[in-house]
Amino acid sequence: MSSAALDLALSPALAVRGLVVRYGERTVLSGVDMTVPAGEIRVILGGSGSGKSTLLKGILGLTDVSAGSVTLLGQPMLGLPEAERQRLMQRVGVLFQNGALFGSLTVGENVALPLREHRRLPEGAIRELVRSKLAQVAMSHAEHLYPAELSGGMKKRAGLARALALDPEVLFCDEPSAGLDPQTSLNLDNLLLQLRDRLGVTVVIVTHELASIEGIADSLIMIGAGKVIAEGAVAEVRRRGLAQVDDFFARTAQLDASPEVSAAELLGLTARGGA
Amino acid sequence: MARVHDEAVIARSPAQLTATEAPAVPGQPRTWQLSGVLDAHSSAEVQQRLGRHLGRATGPFCLDLTELHGIDSAGAATLVDLWRQSQARGVLLQVVGAQPAVIEKLAQFRVNPTLAPTPPAAGLFEALGDAAWQNTLALRDFIVLAADVTVGAALALLRPHRLRWGALLQQSSLMGSQALGIVGLITFLIGLTLAFQSAYQLRQFGAAIYVATLTAISMVREMGPLITAILVAGRSGSSITSEVATMKVGEEIDALHVMGIPFVDFVAVPKLLAMLVTVPLLTVLADVLGIVGGWIVGMVYLDLAPRPYLQKTIDALVAKDLATGLFKSVVFAWGIALIGLYYGAGVRGGAQEVGRATTASVVSGIFFIIVADSLFSILFYVVLG
Repeated sequence: MSSAALDLALSPALAVRGLVVRYGERTVLSGVDMTVPAGEIRVILGGSGSGKSTLLKGILGLTDVSAGSVTLLGQPMLGLPEAERQRLMQRVGVLFQNGALFGSLTVGENVALPLREHRRLPEGAIRELVRSKLAQVAMSHAEHLYPAELSGGMKKRAGLARALALDPEVLFCDEPSAGLDPQTSLNLDNLLLQLRDRLGVTVVIVTHELASIEGIADSLIMIGAGKVIAEGAVAEVRRRGLAQVDDFFARTAQLDASPEVSAAELLGLTARGGA
Repeated sequence: MARVHDEAVIARSPAQLTATEAPAVPGQPRTWQLSGVLDAHSSAEVQQRLGRHLGRATGPFCLDLTELHGIDSAGAATLVDLWRQSQARGVLLQVVGAQPAVIEKLAQFRVNPTLAPTPPAAGLFEALGDAAWQNTLALRDFIVLAADVTVGAALALLRPHRLRWGALLQQSSLMGSQALGIVGLITFLIGLTLAFQSAYQLRQFGAAIYVATLTAISMVREMGPLITAILVAGRSGSSITSEVATMKVGEEIDALHVMGIPFVDFVAVPKLLAMLVTVPLLTVLADVLGIVGGWIVGMVYLDLAPRPYLQKTIDALVAKDLATGLFKSVVFAWGIALIGLYYGAGVRGGAQEVGRATTASVVSGIFFIIVADSLFSILFYVVLG
């Protein structure tokens, strides 16, 4: 292996350094660092309002980043010329929370879209690829349906088929198992494991519920109030037992760090009576 | 009670609450006694009344709760809000004499003391400045989008193999062929009306045949392009906005971005080109049907012979009339498409924003058409003669 090829093999699939995102005067992410080695399933965990979805948007260039850097497959995302960014994104698949299918196209046309846009393939090959991708997510029967005719879980699976259309090296999933029944959720887990083990795909999953994805995650990063609270292998993070992580696992996460008092204390009243 | 400034029986149900200002004692803070029950029924008025007094207070302000027999969450929230107001004004709020049951209730009410009180509404000048700034930003966004899409459309025409012909044909059908009926009917009626209006005057001078001239020139230079554009803004400008806004809300635009498919080429350019092709064609139809409307009035109402009427019409029109009308329609089409795209792409938040954006798009579109038409009138009649 040449040294350049070795560097490539060892370089992480995704590296985030000091990422800061502000919406107006509100700081949503205040300096997030994250490194995801190639071929790993990484979970980004956080409660609602923690900034985990903003982190995903920042990585994918869907929101303006105030400071920091994102390196995806060895290329810096920020300031990348548009033509090169479009080429880089062909190596990346994204599953949006509700599938984000194009309402004017059938499921099959949705899956075919990236193939038609980015690959010069004969129509027959496109059709075979679309069928194969749909079979992977058990959606073969829905090829000719429109997104409006699908349930939430089916939209998500069709969205996954589209994300896999170009055989991505990195797959991002936003809340993949939310709203899925247990069987479908299990099938999804198995599919993600297959992608990692057989094709070496790096998977980054954003979720607020670890339980559904815990079995397949290699490592997790926990986001709270715009910062990294914990990072490492799932078991390791649990063992270290950070108070806030414990809280999260106990489903009682109160990441709002602002102090609370009772109205009685505030008004200078004590339980003894009088002021 | 010696001297009562303000006393009010605030609520009658389920228990009475009275707020009474105690007589002023020099050197002591102004004291308000609350007696009865401070609950959801009475708290609104307590908040308003005491808030007003608190707003004028210069020194310490004291609440005496000795006679308060009960309180609920609404009452506790009211007291907390008064406390926040006093903090914001730098006035000391003292609470004295609460009964154990009341303290117990207040102890259960969790509060974050660091929250700022509700900020006061912006003043007139601040609001004006903010609006001006926001509009400047919006104009900048519009110019950027308009430049992107216009350049994208020009490039697509230079490289026709990259143009999305399917989308262009589908959009042209939606905007053009499906609008034939309504545009034709409305402009036919406009031509009819124009002819009646002018006939009423011209007949008095025995100049009824000039109805042909007047209708033809009005339709081709003014009414044809204008009415067509207004109808298209209502039909297609709105549908561009709602379609793009729905794509935005459903993360479809984000999906395009991460799939490396440019929004401008995929969504915007076919819509702009379809608009630029169909609106002038619809305008020609509008011109013809408007003239036909006038012709029918001429024959039926004014008893003019059909052939001389048509001859007069053809004589009246010069190439410049048709050219100005079509030039205007192209500019209107450009504006309708870009305003539609701008409002659609600017949607933030949920589905309820789609309707608001659509309304704003149609209003702005029609506004643009009328203003541009006025400017063209000045340009063509005054500047260019």
